[in-house]
Amino acid sequence: MSEWPLFDPIFRIPFFTGLLLTVSLSLIGAWLRMRNEWLAALGLSHMAAAGGIAAAVLHIPPLAGAFTATGLATCARVALPRVGNSHYGIMMLAGWSFTFIMGSYMDHGFVVAETLVRGQLYFTYAPHLLGALVLFAVLLALVSWLSPKLLTARFFPDYHQANRIPVWPYATAYHALVMAATVLGTISMGAFPAFALLFIPSWIGFVLVDGWNRSLRLSVCIGVTAYIISFALAMMVDLPFGPVLTAMLVCMSSLRLLTALRRQSTPVSGDELQRNYLPPATEKFRSR
Amino acid sequence: MNDALHAHELLSFDEVVAGYTSPVVGPVSFEVGPGEIVGLSGPNGSGKSTILRAITGQSRIFAGEVRRMQRLRITHQWQRPELPPELALLARELYALTGADPDSAPEHLRSLMSLPLNRLSGGQFQMIQSMACLNAPVDLVLMDEPTNNLDGRALELLSQMLKTKAPSKSVLLVSHEKAFLQDHCTRFVEMDA
Repeated sequence: MSEWPLFDPIFRIPFFTGLLLTVSLSLIGAWLRMRNEWLAALGLSHMAAAGGIAAAVLHIPPLAGAFTATGLATCARVALPRVGNSHYGIMMLAGWSFTFIMGSYMDHGFVVAETLVRGQLYFTYAPHLLGALVLFAVLLALVSWLSPKLLTARFFPDYHQANRIPVWPYATAYHALVMAATVLGTISMGAFPAFALLFIPSWIGFVLVDGWNRSLRLSVCIGVTAYIISFALAMMVDLPFGPVLTAMLVCMSSLRLLTALRRQSTPVSGDELQRNYLPPATEKFRSR
Repeated sequence: MNDALHAHELLSFDEVVAGYTSPVVGPVSFEVGPGEIVGLSGPNGSGKSTILRAITGQSRIFAGEVRRMQRLRITHQWQRPELPPELALLARELYALTGADPDSAPEHLRSLMSLPLNRLSGGQFQMIQSMACLNAPVDLVLMDEPTNNLDGRALELLSQMLKTKAPSKSVLLVSHEKAFLQDHCTRFVEMDA
C-alpha cells in the first residue's frame, strides 16, 4: 500500500467507477431537471436500494435485484397516466421502508441497508466498473441524438406524434439510461449520493451559464469537481464518502448566488426588451 | 386516421367525435386546403383544443374520420405554454427545435434570440413558440389561442407573421377573439358549447 491512500491501487477501481458514474449522473440529472422529473431520481434510487437488499437476502447478486426493482418502478412510471412528484415520493418511501425491513432479515442486514442508502464507494469491484464504463459509452454515443428529441418533446409535446415520428426509440433510451444510472449509482455510491449527483450539478449549472450545451458541460464539471475533492477528502481525513460527497455538492450549490452577479453585469429589463424587439403598437385588435 | 384525401386538401374532418376518456366534442366536419387559414371559434369548453389534439393524436377519436395528406408535416403551438423557471436553453435553441431557422426570425424578435428562456416574460416566450411553429418547414400549423398573454405590439407582430406566411402553408387557428379571426382567416368553423 502506498503511503498516501489516494494512490493505493486498491482504490483505483472505486475511484474510476465513481468518476464515470459522476459524469453520467450529472448529465442525466440535467435531462431529469429539464423534464421536471428530478424527484423521480430519489424514488428510483430508493427502489434500487430496496432491490439490492432483497437480492442480498435471497443470495442473488445485488445489481440484479436493483435492476429488477428499478425496472418494475420504471415500467409503472411509464404505464401510469399523469405520474408526478406524489408518485415519486411514494416510491421513495416504499423503497426506504422496504430496504430497512428486509435488512432486519439477514445478518448485518441493517448495516448493509444503511450502506446502500447512506452510501460508500470503496467496495466496488470490476463488475461495477464495467457497468459504469458501458453506461458512460452508451450515454456518450446517444447524447447528441437524444438531447434534441427530449427538448422537442418538452416544449412541443405532440410534435413527434403529430408527424408520425416514432416516440418509443428515444423514450426507451431515456428511461433505460435513467434506470441504469440510478441502479449503478445507488449500488456503487448509495441512494443519497447518487440522488445528489442527479439533482445538484444541473441545479447550479442551469442558472450560471446561457445555452443548453454549455449548461450540460458545466453540470458535468461541477459534478466531477465535487467528486474528486470529496474522494480525496474522505480518504485523507477518514470520513464516510457518501455523506462527504453529498455535503460537498450542497456547499457547491451556493455557487447559484453568482447568478445575482451575472444579472448585474448584463442588465436587461423587460421594458428594454419590449422597446427593442417590437415595432410600434397600432392597438388595432385591442380597440375592438 | 386515414391518409386517403382529395388532392386539394391537407386535412379533413368527417363527422368526428373526439375526447379523452369520454367524448368532448362533435360531430365536427371541415377541411383545410393548402395556404388556407381556417379559424375555429366557440365558447370556452366547446372542445376547440380537443379538435387540434385529435389531429396530432393526443385525443381519442370516438366516431367519424380524420383524413390527412400523406407525409403531412405539422407543428402545434399549445395554449398556455409553461415557461420553465430555470433553464439555460436559449430562445434561439428553442426556435430551432421545430426545424425553423433562427436567422430567419422576424427582425424584431432577433434581440430575444440570445437570451435564455428564464429571462423571457410569459408573452415573449409564447411569441417565440408561435414563431417557431409558423416558420418551421411544415405544411400545417396548429395554433391554440396564440393571442393569449400578448400585448398590442406582440399582437401586431403575430398578425404580420400570419399575413406574410409562406403561400403554401396552412394554419388552423383556435381563438376566442372574433376580431382577430375575422382579420386573418379564410373561413371559420363555429363550434357550439
